[in-house]
Amino acid sequence: MKGNFIDNLPRVYGIYTGGFIGFIIIMAIAEQMGMSAKAIGIAFVAFTVFIYALIGWLSRTAQADAYYVAGRQVPTVFNGMATAADWMSGASFVAMAGGIYFKGYGYMALLVGWTGGYVLVASLLAPYLRKFGCYTVPDFIGTRYGGNLARFSAVVVLTVASFTYVTAQINATGTIASVALDIPFQYAVYIGLISILLCSMLGGMRGVTWTQVAQYIVLIIAYLLPVFWISNKMGAGFFPHFMLADEVARIGELEQQFGFVKNAAADLKTVPKGLAGITKAHSAVNATPWAFISLALAMMMGTASLPHVMMRYFTTPSVKAARKSVGWSLFFIFLLYSSAPMLATLSKLSLIDPTLSTGIIGKSIAEVQSIDWYQNWNQANLMFISDFNGNGTLELNEFFMGGKAVVLATPEIAGLPYVISGLVAAGGMAAAMSTADGLILAIANAISHDVYYKIIDPKAETAKRLVVARVLLVVIGFAGATIAAMEIQGILGSVIWAFDFAMSGLFFPLVLGVWWKRANRQGAIAGMLGGLAAGTWYLVWVRTGGSGFLGITQLTFGIFGSAVSLVAMVLVSLMTQEPDKATQKMVDDVRVPSGRTVIGKQ
Amino acid sequence: MSNQQKHWEKTRGLLFMTLAIWFVFSIGIFLFGAEMNKVTGPFGYPWTYWFTCQGSLGAFVILIFWFANRQEKIDEEFGFSEREDD
Repeated sequence: MKGNFIDNLPRVYGIYTGGFIGFIIIMAIAEQMGMSAKAIGIAFVAFTVFIYALIGWLSRTAQADAYYVAGRQVPTVFNGMATAADWMSGASFVAMAGGIYFKGYGYMALLVGWTGGYVLVASLLAPYLRKFGCYTVPDFIGTRYGGNLARFSAVVVLTVASFTYVTAQINATGTIASVALDIPFQYAVYIGLISILLCSMLGGMRGVTWTQVAQYIVLIIAYLLPVFWISNKMGAGFFPHFMLADEVARIGELEQQFGFVKNAAADLKTVPKGLAGITKAHSAVNATPWAFISLALAMMMGTASLPHVMMRYFTTPSVKAARKSVGWSLFFIFLLYSSAPMLATLSKLSLIDPTLSTGIIGKSIAEVQSIDWYQNWNQANLMFISDFNGNGTLELNEFFMGGKAVVLATPEIAGLPYVISGLVAAGGMAAAMSTADGLILAIANAISHDVYYKIIDPKAETAKRLVVARVLLVVIGFAGATIAAMEIQGILGSVIWAFDFAMSGLFFPLVLGVWWKRANRQGAIAGMLGGLAAGTWYLVWVRTGGSGFLGITQLTFGIFGSAVSLVAMVLVSLMTQEPDKATQKMVDDVRVPSGRTVIGKQ
Repeated sequence: MSNQQKHWEKTRGLLFMTLAIWFVFSIGIFLFGAEMNKVTGPFGYPWTYWFTCQGSLGAFVILIFWFANRQEKIDEEFGFSEREDD
């Protein structure tokens, strides 16, 4: 190949995508020839992880610019793909369609929140932080406001938010690895961790960028292929996104026909933990405006405050490219998010419609219990039926499923070959790994760059800084895996908390740093620490039986935290001296795209 | 007013416009979610349901590209756009 790597990117990833599709076809043929389901699952996960590790090794570097910001030469579209993979976690991939399936409208506030936040990223922050020329988010806070305490406070907020998030991701890689490779979860977590570290340790941001692009390609194929295939197989429509209105209406009809029967508490006790029945209307508005909007708003502001997303826009060649790149990121995210409700619709209809061959509601209990896929997923603890009313027929309220089953089991229920299930496992692994990599790197970079280099030892040489960065990467990874192995919280709950923590402490200090010249050091410190403390207090209070106020729940505590942060920051800023001339000049420089970066080459 | 102040004034104007459109698709529609859902929306889906699944999401994508183009024009107008070889 002629020319440098960056110029050849479309060709490199084109070949890669072709190779991956070839691999899927080979697996499909192997399945026909009698390759076992287990072997296919192992082949998919092992092959893709090997490719990522190879990319990680090829991207190894000894330069600070490459390690922290991928040399600032990632083209817009590719940075968009990398951000999309960075963004869409194991939770988005495995649990989102399930959440929509069970909770409907109220849950879909997350879809709006996790996309609308990018408008804030593009208009309020990303281009300005790119112009600033920082390596990490605390680097911006530390330089804009000045002083080690401001810098350190930002590192604290970043670590709390990202660490909450990363344990959930390592947990997800462990879950998928344990199912696909058929090994106990406690070991699978560490296999997941080693795969994650292989991508990021040698190449830092550069390695993570190019593996994330590769992971995006795997995860989007793995998500979209089954959705289109199932839709066509059911005769629901060639292009499901535009053609499922009849199916949505049909689910509404069936819900009317069956009714939502409430189960007795004693009956529900017999249902395995983590499984749920269909208790909410599929397309009806089932949440109050405030419940919906507050959750969406919390996720939007959280999106604009999460450092692992923001730092992706430090890698673009220019300010202009950073803005466009946010648009591309959201486009690639949109491809998956807009498909999740379609998958939920197809999955639900295929299970509950008695006129379809796959429908189980209305069949006899004994008949359902003899279906192969029911037995498999019942054994995996993701499906359960019980004849509560003793009439021998399965009713809507007698069927229970785990949220993950919507993504994992629907291909099998719809009668797709096993190769698709292997592909879905590889996709879930890619989603969880890419997010975990971004998060671990964000934490390790903040501690190595902002705490070690900027505060502890400003004279440290590049080689030594990069050694520290890598050691931290491993230490943080192992800490995350150890906590993940204890299985304390569910995947989705802790993901949402991460957004709330981030917005409590960082949203206003970041935004006002660009948009309000008068914001000063004292104000920013008060905003970060006050917001984080207030948010954390509210979470603990509600978790320990507090009643809460204004309808703010443990999932939206960031609304309270960020409000406190805003008030504290404005009041303290106004009560103390305005920033000096040099700082005001710095803000002016950030606001125009042309000219040299504010920090300069570090 | 200096060139830079004018540039920032326009940039701020664009921000408010962008946030206003953002507000409609992320909050405005859902203030009246229950009422709007009785209406049949695009492609035959219930109105609010369609916006939560696809409509608002797609609108955000378009909004960001629109914003990026407008901002580039503003930067060019005042001579603050980056040189290609930067």
